[in-house]
Amino acid sequence: MAKKKEMDTRFSKFGTVSFTAITKVNDFIDYLEQGKVMATRCKDCGMVFFPPRADCYRCLASNMEWVEVSGTGKLVTYSKLEYAPIGFGDDLPYAIALLDYGDYKVFGRIAKDLPEEEIRVGMDMKTVANTLPNGQVNYVFEKA
Amino acid sequence: MGKVGIIGVGQSSFVRGYPGSIRELVFEGFKEAMKDADISVKDIDASIVCSAPEYDKQRSPAGVFAEYLGLTPQPTFYLESLCSSSSMGLKTAYALVKSGLHDVVAVIGFQKMSEISSAESQERMGRGADIQWESPFGTMMPAYYAMYARAHMEKYGTAPEDLALIRVKAATYGQINEKAVYRKPVTLEQFSDPESPMSGPVASPLRVGDCCANADGSSCVIVANEEKAKAFSKKPVWILGIGAASTAVKLAGRDLFTGLTVAEQAGEQAYKMAGVTPKDIDVAEVHDCFTIAEMMAYENLGFAKAGEGKELIRAKETYKEGSIPVNVDGGLLSKGHPIGATGGSQIRTIVLQLRGEAGDMQVKDPEIGLVHNIGGVGLYGNVTILGR
Repeated sequence: MAKKKEMDTRFSKFGTVSFTAITKVNDFIDYLEQGKVMATRCKDCGMVFFPPRADCYRCLASNMEWVEVSGTGKLVTYSKLEYAPIGFGDDLPYAIALLDYGDYKVFGRIAKDLPEEEIRVGMDMKTVANTLPNGQVNYVFEKA
Repeated sequence: MGKVGIIGVGQSSFVRGYPGSIRELVFEGFKEAMKDADISVKDIDASIVCSAPEYDKQRSPAGVFAEYLGLTPQPTFYLESLCSSSSMGLKTAYALVKSGLHDVVAVIGFQKMSEISSAESQERMGRGADIQWESPFGTMMPAYYAMYARAHMEKYGTAPEDLALIRVKAATYGQINEKAVYRKPVTLEQFSDPESPMSGPVASPLRVGDCCANADGSSCVIVANEEKAKAFSKKPVWILGIGAASTAVKLAGRDLFTGLTVAEQAGEQAYKMAGVTPKDIDVAEVHDCFTIAEMMAYENLGFAKAGEGKELIRAKETYKEGSIPVNVDGGLLSKGHPIGATGGSQIRTIVLQLRGEAGDMQVKDPEIGLVHNIGGVGLYGNVTILGR
């Protein structure tokens, strides 16, 4: 009997609830577990993608390398949620936000321990790997 | 190649918990449009069914409706672009008629959102965003639009009260629209009254009063070529301009957070095609799924300069008597927002306005009207300009 081929479902660990189990950028999860938030860069044209992609639409190539999201980004905007979709209720309240790194932007959550009074649009923040109480992994924004 | 006209419009009442099945819901909007057009089902050459499929239990509803409405054996198909589905349906019907492929096409929009719970529907709406990279953070529509509201407030000094004024206007007309789901008056004071549900926090800076409600509903728009439109209808309303655009699903893939690029681009296309400017618009329906969405629409459509939308609402210029009446049927904020039916309902309102048949909501003698219908969080944009 042929051995059943195992599926690489690492991406099911991303976020409080993941809606995607299988992707060609599954290594993102391994990096995240090592404390690194990674983007991909097209080796042909040099374009950096965050979130990471397996394929470059400009080159129609799939020749990517991993690069770390480092330094700081500016907070573009955010919203603090008092209601949540199904599966996210235990996280309330939480703030979703967008950071601008210049070459790319990063969408994510603001770190839970940062009080809303200290959040300012335009402030410098950094993206940090995070483990959620339910064992899932994501990343959060902290004051730079 | 001749013009393309609208010869019949209809919609069901938009309600919470429609007491019937989806085919019965669709029949209501279709019946009104057919009676309005005064034609028979044999006169319709094709039908386009517009909806957001994640609410449907029925697989491929188009066939079920064609059977129930008597529209077989004519071709029918399903079309989806989230909340702008029926405007994209109108664009497709325009192309089918303009090409000469069909003479008369029915655009049928519907949504029965009450088949699932409100929380489940929020979850599905969140999945209208990028499910791989953004939904795992717990996103939902109000929070995304709230991020636009925050950016608009930061850049232009727009106040939460300016957004509340848009809801107050919507409720002014929702009270006189018998097809609206929310028909109570709303005052500015309610937004600062902790006892009022309007002031309840949802996703900062948006409050309950800034958000439209889910609803069940259907709409129908019947489109015909010039010859048939003139033969069937005493008062055809012509499609003068039609534009559509898309952008990155992910917020991380966008550059503008104080407006919707898709609305700007679809608007430019529609104005150019119609040969008119924003000043020529006598009455407009804009996609006010949230108050901030109407504020951005003022600016994206050129009714106000960027950042100056607040002046329009403060001066009541978008009321019925103002210089550019907007959503004088109560908008999505009052009518409710049955995703696939919404665009058709907006088109119906403008058609009735241009025919002088809008009753208590009638704007004085409009000649040119505009419909702005957005899918997702500014993911898809459709702008349609209609004239007598």
